[in-house]
Amino acid sequence: MTTVDKGGAPPCNRLSSLRYDPADATCGETMSISEVDEAASGSAGAQPVLRLQDITKRFGALTANDAISLELKSGEILALLGENGAGKTTLMSILFGHYVADEGHIEAFGQRLPAGSPRAAIAAGIGMVHQHFTLGENLTVLDNIVLGTEPLLAPRQNTTKARKRIAELAEHFGLVVDPKKLVRDLSVGERQRVEILKALYRGARVLILDEPTAVLAPQEVETLFATLKTMVAEGLSIIFISHKLNEVMAVADRVAVLRLGRLVAEFPIAGASKEKLAEAMVGRAVEMPEREPQPLGPVVLQMAGVTVTGDHGKPLLDELHLLLCGREILGIAGVSGNGQGALAALLSGLRLPDSGAFELLGETVKRTSPVEMQGRGVGRIPEDRHATGVVGDLTVEENLILEACGSPRFCSLGLLRGGVIRRNAREMIERFDIRGADPTTTTRALSGGNMQKVILARVLSEKPKVILANQPTRGLDVGAAAKVQELLFEARAQGAGIILISEDLEELLQVSDRIAVLYQGRLSTPVAVEEADMQTLGLLMSGHGEFQRQKGARGHAA
Amino acid sequence: MRLEPRAHVPFWLNITAPVGAIVLAFAFCALLILWAGAPVIESYAALLRGAFGSTFAITETLTRAAPLIFTGLAAAVAFRAKLWNIGAEGQLYAGALAATYFGTGLITLPPLLMIPLLFLVGAIAGGLLLLLPVILKLKLRVDEVVTTLLLNFIVLLFANYLLFGPWKDPMAMGWPQAAPIIDEGVLEPLVPRMRLHQGFLWALAFAVFAWAFIRYSKWGFQIRAVGHNPDAAAFAGIPIGATVLRTALLSGGLAGMAGVCELAGLKGYLTLDISPGFGYTGIAVAMLAGLHPLGVIASAIFIAAIYNGADAMSRAMSISNYLADVLTATALLLVLASVLFVRFRPRLR
Repeated sequence: MTTVDKGGAPPCNRLSSLRYDPADATCGETMSISEVDEAASGSAGAQPVLRLQDITKRFGALTANDAISLELKSGEILALLGENGAGKTTLMSILFGHYVADEGHIEAFGQRLPAGSPRAAIAAGIGMVHQHFTLGENLTVLDNIVLGTEPLLAPRQNTTKARKRIAELAEHFGLVVDPKKLVRDLSVGERQRVEILKALYRGARVLILDEPTAVLAPQEVETLFATLKTMVAEGLSIIFISHKLNEVMAVADRVAVLRLGRLVAEFPIAGASKEKLAEAMVGRAVEMPEREPQPLGPVVLQMAGVTVTGDHGKPLLDELHLLLCGREILGIAGVSGNGQGALAALLSGLRLPDSGAFELLGETVKRTSPVEMQGRGVGRIPEDRHATGVVGDLTVEENLILEACGSPRFCSLGLLRGGVIRRNAREMIERFDIRGADPTTTTRALSGGNMQKVILARVLSEKPKVILANQPTRGLDVGAAAKVQELLFEARAQGAGIILISEDLEELLQVSDRIAVLYQGRLSTPVAVEEADMQTLGLLMSGHGEFQRQKGARGHAA
Repeated sequence: MRLEPRAHVPFWLNITAPVGAIVLAFAFCALLILWAGAPVIESYAALLRGAFGSTFAITETLTRAAPLIFTGLAAAVAFRAKLWNIGAEGQLYAGALAATYFGTGLITLPPLLMIPLLFLVGAIAGGLLLLLPVILKLKLRVDEVVTTLLLNFIVLLFANYLLFGPWKDPMAMGWPQAAPIIDEGVLEPLVPRMRLHQGFLWALAFAVFAWAFIRYSKWGFQIRAVGHNPDAAAFAGIPIGATVLRTALLSGGLAGMAGVCELAGLKGYLTLDISPGFGYTGIAVAMLAGLHPLGVIASAIFIAAIYNGADAMSRAMSISNYLADVLTATALLLVLASVLFVRFRPRLR
């Protein structure tokens, strides 16, 4: 760690060992948080805590960051807003030393930061909370936090001190978590708290949070925001990366908007509106597709008392009842890991229910396989585009026939019909607006949104009766998400019933006809979207409210 | 130094990287030659002459390349589907055993039918042999690297038993060898008085076939999809098990035909030294070719040339011909390393 030069000084030193801190020389075990805060606030306003100067980063022909200059003031939350691929993560990776900028430099607390060294970034008081947590699942919270701050070969000595310090930090910032628990037993929200504690324990004065709300339930988001506000009140500074406008409006003091690698706008949040932010982010006004009411079609999918048991005997789906009609979008809300996977697996043809009735278009499903489901008219949009949606190393035209490669349309006498496949790809690229692709482009090279369009093209061109859309807009930028929603609406207008699984409540409220919440394998009674509100749904997502099994309710009364 | 992913791979890099790696391998081995006390330029000139310097040298190189093309294809096809078939050596012997069984008098047909028959039974034997570990892999998740590798020894010892026992040719003056292949089954020489035989053409034909199969057939498409991303392939409804079994039959079949090629083209009768590790070298051939069936032709000829040339160099300069092994091994390692630089950009600091 960074304290090597001090002979493995206790981490207590770290919080106060910033260069400008006059207490550096005298820091003892008694140093309290408030003292540190005074030290920090003493320098507030005098100079920006962080200064990025003309940062440029190129990957081949692509300029990921183009001469970006940014300042972070002490005690503020700066939101870094931008679509996927705008260069947010690249910029932060440069800041944290994972990448080296081609041009430009970074100053932290008035000192130039050596490029390409995460160690130096940590030493300078920069802490990063990654989107995907970097915790050891088999270690306790305490071990995870302390890991790396203690000399490797010394016997464990400072546990009591570390424990005390973590308790202090936790209490001070409202980051409640039991240090003795194993990380694998923690919820996602708790893990995030551990990540933040980890950064604070290492003496972070500047905290970078990469899409911190992506994994949280609405209530957890509010708790997080409260914590962040406490932190800046204490003199810490925060960079908050997001592409969600509401959150930026709610928590940030100032916002910097990146688009295609350029810093296109920077303004205080006080004078900003959501529309203004969206326009700056996308570069044009985005119209989200409007949901138009449709007369319901016949029932296409029915589940009654469906139970799916996981490997360890824990029920993944617990007597689930649901009814889906044609021309209807049923939104399934819930924090991931509450049974969404099992529900998707049923509809994807990856498994059968352990008990209960599962009917598609009036026929009971007795055997299952992906091909069986395709044959029954189920279109399946998987959760993870890269892992299960497309074969990244194959071309676009090949991915478009991945499901139908054996059909006589594309294949005769065991040979692929290259001409037909090429024409099909051209037509799909045109019809589904797959950008940056010709039929022979390697699919891996496409952006997430266009990759998703490839999957949608493959699925929707088969005119499915039932569509499983599992997180179809996750990670997509506003424009691509709008296109995906528009395509779902189109399929709905053509008579398909759609199960839309999403963690994004706003999206669900905008797109669904009815919404239900999945919590620990149980489904809440679906409500019409007009009667749904964030508050109730949020409570349901954390298990407060009525679920089917308790009531013995049956699906819904359409 | 750090590596950053390249957003786009420039086309020239795909070619210069492996060529550069091979040049580097020669440069590295130049040091070994110097160490052995021989002049580098002359040694390499001797190597080149030994590989391509005369009709004899060229035909010898191609003769050696023929089985390597087959085993290289076997590895390339299997590795495309991420099926780690390390058992081409055993499948080669299985093919040779089957050809011996059918080709030493059991059936007599005119050459036009006899030769395809021998290739067919050899391919079936090789394919069936690979089926066993693959079924274990699919049903019980037994690691095929271990099972295919160990099967090599089982097959070799079985051949040993046959050649010392029931199949031993009484006319062979006590040597452990089987009866010769009947004349109708012998692969004719391509050049008068040289050892190069029709088997080389068969190898070329199967390389083209394997390439077309992988590229244009439905099953080949499924092999590629399963190899690149089995989860996405399974999700899309491609039958993983059937695809892997097909791959196994094809891969094992190609390796089995290597045995037929050597047996009916070169030796004429089965011995225990019919393959000096062609099955294992086939893996290097395939890797060097980037698993591309047509590339396998070039890389098989390259490796055959190095081995042949190194023999000549060793005679002329009295350097150990083990240098050939070192040379191919370094070339392979460097080519694999060069793939890294094709996909990533190295940055100093």
